[in-house]
Amino acid sequence: MRRVVVTGLGLVTPLGTGVEHSWKGIVEGRSGIRPITAFDTEGFACTIAGEVPSVDGRGGGGPDVPGSFDADAIMSPKERKRVDDFILFGIAAADEALNDANWHPETDEDKERTGVMMGAGIGGLGPIAESAQILAESGPRRISPFFIPSALINLVSGQISIRHQLKGPNHAVVTACASGVHAIGDAARMIAFDDADVMVAGGAESSIVPIGIAGFLACKALCTAYNDTPEKASRPYDRGHAGFVMGEGAGVLVLEEYEHAKARGAKIYAEVIGYGMSGDAFHITAPSEDGDGAYRAMKAAVKRAGIDVTDIDYVNAHGTSTMADWIELRAVERLVGNHAGHLAMSSTKSMTGHLLGAAGAIEAVFSVLAIRDQIAPPTINLDDPEHETAIDLVPHKGKPMEIDVAMSNSFGFGGTNASILFRKVA
Amino acid sequence: MSDTLERVRKIVIDHLDADPDKVTEKASFIDDLGADSLDNVELVMAFEEEFDIEIPDDAAEHIQTVGDAVKFIDEKTAG
Repeated sequence: MRRVVVTGLGLVTPLGTGVEHSWKGIVEGRSGIRPITAFDTEGFACTIAGEVPSVDGRGGGGPDVPGSFDADAIMSPKERKRVDDFILFGIAAADEALNDANWHPETDEDKERTGVMMGAGIGGLGPIAESAQILAESGPRRISPFFIPSALINLVSGQISIRHQLKGPNHAVVTACASGVHAIGDAARMIAFDDADVMVAGGAESSIVPIGIAGFLACKALCTAYNDTPEKASRPYDRGHAGFVMGEGAGVLVLEEYEHAKARGAKIYAEVIGYGMSGDAFHITAPSEDGDGAYRAMKAAVKRAGIDVTDIDYVNAHGTSTMADWIELRAVERLVGNHAGHLAMSSTKSMTGHLLGAAGAIEAVFSVLAIRDQIAPPTINLDDPEHETAIDLVPHKGKPMEIDVAMSNSFGFGGTNASILFRKVA
Repeated sequence: MSDTLERVRKIVIDHLDADPDKVTEKASFIDDLGADSLDNVELVMAFEEEFDIEIPDDAAEHIQTVGDAVKFIDEKTAG
């Protein structure tokens, strides 16, 4: 089987744009959750989210705020009519990842051997809602010709391929909050299977729009208890957890066949050693209470990697600040057994909120950076642990430690589970 | 320069982010101004709104240049 390594990273998160900017905030334990600025939240039970700080002032950003997202630097206002924010975030993260990997294919062969596989949970919810309103108020002839291509999930992959002339496999994943991990795992398999030598893989999401917040509120999934103290709202494993907080952004990894990366002298962050999937077959929004789906996805990843559970040093948990956190924690305890006392596991969603289809992608990037910098990022707001566990949940502050193998979990509505394993390359 | 031409030019310049010097009567949206077929649809919608007229799909297909648009709009609004 061809080996697959990570040679480039890109991030757009509520903690800022750019890998180093976002990662610095994560390691320092900063919250990216703030009052929503994208729309008037009057009448909404939840008024906070993890918006991407932007130069236009959105999400607490500004022209003088470092790490602010600059849409004009990515695309002209004319071109932006063709893309919803999730596509724009995905393009920005892919630009960064390809620059980081120093991979800019110019020959036909290099272009044809480089593909794109991005995921999103919902896609262009904003344009869908706006166009529905135009349809109701003004009729079908007033719908923009750019509505459909700005909203389709696979247009992230399409736009990235057009921008960089990547002519290999062009695919997309839609598995709710597991989309990011599925995209990375499936892309790695395309390389292993010799469909491509390089894949741009990850996830993007931008659902902080009125209908997105209202929809998740109706599912009783969103946090409504901390509107006045947004930085405290996302608190996985803490007794005060009260539902997830929505985030937005994108994460991208450049995956590359190992010999291909070595031959061109690429910087290698880590190897993708395992990937596992499972289905709960239980409920449309709730995870199975015994955590068996999560357990089987992790077990499959470990088996594929051919490692022992005792080799795992760090787990970036799905950990959404809901009752499901405990289910995942028990599943991890079941997986690792007596190794629990040697394991660190944290939820970076305590800082970013839940980026839905982009969550697994940004968390895969964090897992790779945990290996690069030998530090486990923290779970912030873990003041009063709800359950006893031998696993170190890394409260408040990042923890320097030896990390050879890191696992990242993502679980989605519909009972879909994915787990991915990265290992330091000696 | 007719009033219609000025208003059409303004729409084309705004929507296509086009160089005003290139937006002449003879300029083709696709061949000279960088538009694609979706931009053409959007331009026709913008003309409809600006001049409060309806441009049927079969007529829209024949509006390929700035001059085509001006001619169609002048005929429609004169009647």
